[in-house]
Amino acid sequence: MTDTIELVAQDRDTYYMNMGPQHPSTHGVLRLVLHLDGETIIEVDPVIGYGHRAHEKMAENRDYTQFLPNTSRIDYLSGMIYNLAYCQAVEKMLEIDVPERAQYIRMIAGELNRISSHLLWLGTYLLDLGGITPFLYGFDDREKILDILDRITGSRLTYSYGRFGGVVMDVDDIFLRQTADFVAYFRERLTLFDELVIGNVIFQERTQSVGAFPERIIEQYGLSGPCLRAMGVARDVRKEEPYGIYPQFEFSVPTRSEGDCFARSLVRMDEMRESLHLIEQALRDIPDGPFMAAKVPKRLRPPAGEYCFAVESARGRYQHIIVSDGSDVPLRHKLTTPSFVNISAMCEVMPGTMLSDAVAILGSIDIVVPEIDR
Amino acid sequence: MERNLAAILESSWLAIPAAVAIIMAYLTVNAMMLIWLERKLSARIQRRLGPTEHGPLGLLQSVADMGKLISKELLTPDHVNRPLYLAAPVLVFMPVVALCSLFPLSSEWVFHDFDAALVLLLAIGSINIVGIFIAGWGSNNKYALLGAVRSVAQNISYEIPLILSVIPIVLMTGSLSLYDIAAAQTTYPFLLVQPIAAIVFIIAATAETNRAPFDIPEAESELVAGFHTEYSGMRFALFFFAEYSNMIIMCALATVLFLGGWRGPFLPGFVWFFIKVYALIVLMMWFRWTFPRLRFDQLMSFAWIVLVPLSIINLLLTTVVMKLF
Repeated sequence: MTDTIELVAQDRDTYYMNMGPQHPSTHGVLRLVLHLDGETIIEVDPVIGYGHRAHEKMAENRDYTQFLPNTSRIDYLSGMIYNLAYCQAVEKMLEIDVPERAQYIRMIAGELNRISSHLLWLGTYLLDLGGITPFLYGFDDREKILDILDRITGSRLTYSYGRFGGVVMDVDDIFLRQTADFVAYFRERLTLFDELVIGNVIFQERTQSVGAFPERIIEQYGLSGPCLRAMGVARDVRKEEPYGIYPQFEFSVPTRSEGDCFARSLVRMDEMRESLHLIEQALRDIPDGPFMAAKVPKRLRPPAGEYCFAVESARGRYQHIIVSDGSDVPLRHKLTTPSFVNISAMCEVMPGTMLSDAVAILGSIDIVVPEIDR
Repeated sequence: MERNLAAILESSWLAIPAAVAIIMAYLTVNAMMLIWLERKLSARIQRRLGPTEHGPLGLLQSVADMGKLISKELLTPDHVNRPLYLAAPVLVFMPVVALCSLFPLSSEWVFHDFDAALVLLLAIGSINIVGIFIAGWGSNNKYALLGAVRSVAQNISYEIPLILSVIPIVLMTGSLSLYDIAAAQTTYPFLLVQPIAAIVFIIAATAETNRAPFDIPEAESELVAGFHTEYSGMRFALFFFAEYSNMIIMCALATVLFLGGWRGPFLPGFVWFFIKVYALIVLMMWFRWTFPRLRFDQLMSFAWIVLVPLSIINLLLTTVVMKLF
């Protein structure tokens, strides 16, 4: 860990500034040690670990079911996606077949969660750039999603909705109608956001050609999610390693070529449209039937071996690597989270930009600090 | 016509204390009500309710906040440069009080009509930059210092277009007295003949008062609270008051220069004056809740590449037109 006082003693010409762990723009407890020359950043040292909760270790000393509530707390903004990802990973290990209705419900819930996560990004990003009003609008719409998910899951942020073999509760017609209403409503809202926020001249000035990732970073760091797609690489886990019922649906992977903050913003806006498109198809086709697999063993003992399962979370590729020794407790549970990768890559593009750009870049990669620390 | 109110008061030794007391009372109440207005207006823009609990429409919310700030202990952090730290809030706030007496509220109501009022106003109006800078310097805080540096650079840059946009008006009226300038707009406000100057002026005034989208000295998402990071309680409140009082000064100046001061049909002069001032303030608040913030270098290049040339061209055009006709 970098000690700022030592650094100051070494070099008296550089202005060292601690951004965080308590700072309005680090979205939690991230600490960036900035080496400044006036307003220009020379170097940036991210110091992480303030939100470390030892999720991986916790997974290794309790059985598979007991770890389930932890999963949505890793990334509290896309808790549903993370929760369902874990369920799917364990189902893959145990080869449990999930009924089709449950698959549909999972996809609708997951995509709703993705939209709510992107909406929160939109609001807080504009807040970072100094525009306060979009924050309230983003939260207003996000609230509608939380209400919808609240009805079926019983919680608003850390859903433990998935179960191995299905979901905990079936959805009713009211949920389907509410979701359909939301899709119609949110289409119009997205147009509004495009005009008022993305179309704003100051917003474009602040984000265009700021923080553009160079090509080599893709391979070097394993960049994923909207940050990667903003560089023109159409890579999406839902397409590349299809899981659940995604292969049955038609959706495109939005990309941009510039790779800067503005491109990342546009990709996220387009992703929300694609999510709406997915939800629409799922609502049309959702079949009747059971929402839980008929036969799930009481004690879960996956056969010994190493298992890998990845999903596309709102921030990028989220991957479980679980090593089982045949007992009901995993030997090793490795979580690869996208924010960790993306923030490492961020340090490469920050030098040379200005202090205000640091905030813009940090906001544009959409980090969730507890997800970096796990 | 007795247009110099100060002349009435001059007969009494109470004149100066009375004027200061009236202005202070006005500025305090005005700042509190503007904070309320800003909160209500931002709530309106953001589809919220804003303050509702204290008094009708939450009108007493700011009074309650004041009570809280006054009752707070005045903390002086150990690491600050004490004399500078203590002087800064006063230096930021005091110029505003001096300036308030210069404005003609109506054709009869002038505290102090002064021949070079405009020069005095622009000169004293710049003093608060010194206050802001020593607040940042004396705080011995990295964020505060960055905020102060930004503030000085910004205010000096925007002072130039501000003054350049005022000169055409001076050329047209041939006077530096605010009363004469307002009185010269008998048939039409100068907004109609000097639209470019008016636009440049309102943009530069927004930057001068450190309001969004030019609020980079206190950009809360970058510099936490900028130059007043280390201030709390009543000292913080003074910075806050100064911001809102500066808005009043700038909007009053814009009213006199471009909107014809007290002129307007039916209503008495001072009512028109205040309507115009507060309409401009609402406009500035609207800016704040609509736009994101500019980056520091963009802000500077906007001043030097767009506003300064624009106002110089406008000045040249004005002189040419005046010479021809």
